[in-house]
Amino acid sequence: MRAFSDRFIALVCALGVLAALMTAVRADPYEDGLRRFTADSFDETIEGINAVAMSGNALAAQVVGALQEGRLLFSAAEKRVFIREAADQLIDAATGRPVAGEVPSDLAPVRLNNRLRRIVEAALGSLTLMAPDPGKRLEAAQAVLKSKDANALPALEQAIAGESDPRVKQALNETRAAVVLYLENASDADKMDAIAVIRQRGDQDALALLGGLPGSASPAVKKAATDAIVSIENSLALWSAVQNAWYGLSLGSVLLLAAIGLAITFGVMGVINMAHGEMVMLGAYTTFVVQQVIRARNPALFDYSLAIAIPLAFAVAGIIGILIERGIISFLYGRPLETLLATWGLSLILQQGVRTVFGPTNKDVGNPSWMSGSFDLGQMTITYNRLWIIVFTLLIFMGLLAILRFTRFGLEMRAVTQNRAMAASMGIRTSRIDALTFGLGSGIAGLAGVALSQIDNVSPNLGQGYIIDSFMVVVFGGVGNLWGTLVGAFTLGIANKFLEPYAGAVLGKIAILVLIILFIQKRPRGLFALKGRAVEA
Amino acid sequence: MIGHLVLRALDRGAIAFLTTLAAIAVLVPVLNLALPPTSPFYLSSYFVALFGKYVCLALLALSIDLIWGYCGILSLGHGAFFALGGYAMGMYLMRQIGTRGVYAHPVLPDFMVFLNWPELPVYWYGFQHFAYAAFMVVFVPGLLAFVFGWFAFRSRVTGVYLSIITQALTFALMLGFFRNNFGFGGNNGLTDFKDILGFNVQAAPTRAALFVSSMLALMLGFVICRVVVSSKFGKVLVAIRDAEARTRFLGYRVEAYKVFVFTLSACMAGVAGALYVPQVGIINPSEFSPGNSIEAVIWVAVGGRGTLTGAVLGAVLVNYGKTYFTSGVLAPYWLFVLGGLFIAVTLLLPRGIVGTIHYHWREWRERRRLTAPVPNAAPRPAE
Repeated sequence: MRAFSDRFIALVCALGVLAALMTAVRADPYEDGLRRFTADSFDETIEGINAVAMSGNALAAQVVGALQEGRLLFSAAEKRVFIREAADQLIDAATGRPVAGEVPSDLAPVRLNNRLRRIVEAALGSLTLMAPDPGKRLEAAQAVLKSKDANALPALEQAIAGESDPRVKQALNETRAAVVLYLENASDADKMDAIAVIRQRGDQDALALLGGLPGSASPAVKKAATDAIVSIENSLALWSAVQNAWYGLSLGSVLLLAAIGLAITFGVMGVINMAHGEMVMLGAYTTFVVQQVIRARNPALFDYSLAIAIPLAFAVAGIIGILIERGIISFLYGRPLETLLATWGLSLILQQGVRTVFGPTNKDVGNPSWMSGSFDLGQMTITYNRLWIIVFTLLIFMGLLAILRFTRFGLEMRAVTQNRAMAASMGIRTSRIDALTFGLGSGIAGLAGVALSQIDNVSPNLGQGYIIDSFMVVVFGGVGNLWGTLVGAFTLGIANKFLEPYAGAVLGKIAILVLIILFIQKRPRGLFALKGRAVEA
Repeated sequence: MIGHLVLRALDRGAIAFLTTLAAIAVLVPVLNLALPPTSPFYLSSYFVALFGKYVCLALLALSIDLIWGYCGILSLGHGAFFALGGYAMGMYLMRQIGTRGVYAHPVLPDFMVFLNWPELPVYWYGFQHFAYAAFMVVFVPGLLAFVFGWFAFRSRVTGVYLSIITQALTFALMLGFFRNNFGFGGNNGLTDFKDILGFNVQAAPTRAALFVSSMLALMLGFVICRVVVSSKFGKVLVAIRDAEARTRFLGYRVEAYKVFVFTLSACMAGVAGALYVPQVGIINPSEFSPGNSIEAVIWVAVGGRGTLTGAVLGAVLVNYGKTYFTSGVLAPYWLFVLGGLFIAVTLLLPRGIVGTIHYHWREWRERRRLTAPVPNAAPRPAE
């Protein structure tokens, strides 16, 4: 009997230990959360997500991430959850080890709907707040900012305390402010602090946060929010003006680039070159060819492709320009309208020639690494390629001024412009100067092509899009004056960009055109008119 | 008075030219309608429409020649007036479709139904009446030309400046008409026409009638141009072309002359566009493209700037060449030919075909007269 009772006690003890073990297993919120995924009900899944997210288990982020991407599978029969890593590799979500043996036959992905997706995002946000990669942490902060999930507050506080990266820390602080602002039971003082933080942020998101303030907020908080909105809107308006000015500068530099060669041929020589746009196109195609050769022979040199293309494009366009001058234009001096028609014909031939050789489709011209990407300045984004083009344009402009001012060629060019007969009597070979001047103007158009290949489609029609605009710039700025061209280009560029938000791109362009026509009423020879004999030519 | 003016304007050459045009205007419809299709002289309706197209383009060339050849105004935007006339006619034709459109809306054209326009825009009112549309065909291009010309000529925008500005004008209009919210069908323009004045536009007799109308318009345009250029007014125009400043100093109001002739020319271009549209069956914003306008200038240059017959001849010749090239395997080379034509004509044949013939003819006559013992022959008048 004693033996029996001993055995009974032992059995009870064993059962007790087992039961204790069982409850210990049941008590683990992570495992419990996982089990809820197998119920295949949205409400249970929400419980599961919260449980897993709060569990602090190392696998939690992986599980929720898999859930978001639809890679979380469950087996209803075995009450187990798996993560699909690759096409044929499963990981047991409970242990984190790959499944070796038999795979359950009733695997199905855990289903999500839109409500759940938001919860998943929020959970993932707070889970990755402490990820080792600062980029991940930043993303997580954004995700929580979007969800304004009150559950994430403790995780946020913890993350802020441990954060060392200033950018991430700021983002976390803003996120915390957003969460606090939308918290029902936060004190007014906390909310005011939160509004101050958000006001510092000062962008559209901040406006949305402040604008969507719940109606239950106290009047003081509401007033602070309204004040903050007004101040943010003012600063945003200022930034958008700055942004427009920047876009205008960028457009102006493109116009200047296209027009500057024209200012030489049309302005200095009085030759209308309708094939000017095609010189730009040839420069762009030269860049394309250079890049093709580099891609085929030595891809490591790709970052230097533009440096190689610049002299080549100048040479190609310049030599073709000289040939045009010698072959066609030199026979037509003094007949500007005929020159216009002949060069138009030439532009048709060049376009069709390029179309025949390279095909009618757009060519892929790549950005070198130092020209791609962007950086933020205050509330606006500046792309490197636009920035470089402005720098490049100004360099060309100054180089050209220097050539005109300080070289013998420049001196002779100015002499021929001012008084051809006198220059010839002084021993300047005027026809040679004409050819070289035209070559210079065309070569600069080729350089413009190198730059424009970085921001525009390289196709046979590339030049046509610029020809009318560049003529407008030269006419507006005043013929025969490089500074006029500079001012004209930037004025038109900036005016265009400021009109665009009100009138739309096309109507803005039309408005500019009408304004130029009206402007010419006042100053028929442009902003900076050339005075003297050349006027009636 | 007018009869007298016309009679004086028509010299022997002009009457011969008009007679030729009249003969063609009679011959083409007869060959098309009266002969059975089996006859070797039968002209298919395709050719009637094609010739009708050439005739309209010839009228456009005539309008350009009037200002470029006789007044030295090189407009690179005359295609805009042509297209505006075409759009006015297109709007009439759209309103005639009625319930036969895809959406069968009694008032709104298809594209407006498609774009969810609640009602007809105000500027489409009245276009169901042919008379109103015909008036707008002349009025809209004329008004634009008047306003534009008044601004441009008053401030003495001349030469290449004017050319560039006119090109910008047509470019701006093209951008505008490409927009859907302009209310002219956007990209696709106006097409799918059914009736004109109650007759089916596709039917052979209608096409023949359109051809004859185009011919009559061309003849009328020619007579008007002749009257203008052979009058005292025309002499002033030529003076402006050759020495604008001197003409102004002599007391002529140069800008008034220019505005008048520019407006007249734009009206002619509008009529040409209006007759063009029913024959090709479509009008879209690409008609505004600067390339089209400058191409029309080269027709005039080929035929002979400053000779009215030359403009007509040049338009027909170049467009025949275009049809010939672009309809076969030679299509990719057409732009080479056209571009080469621009260069060759300006470099080698600056007077154009008719102008060169005139020049040699006159020189030959002069030489024959000089062989007679007249010591002081009158100097040849400047062109």
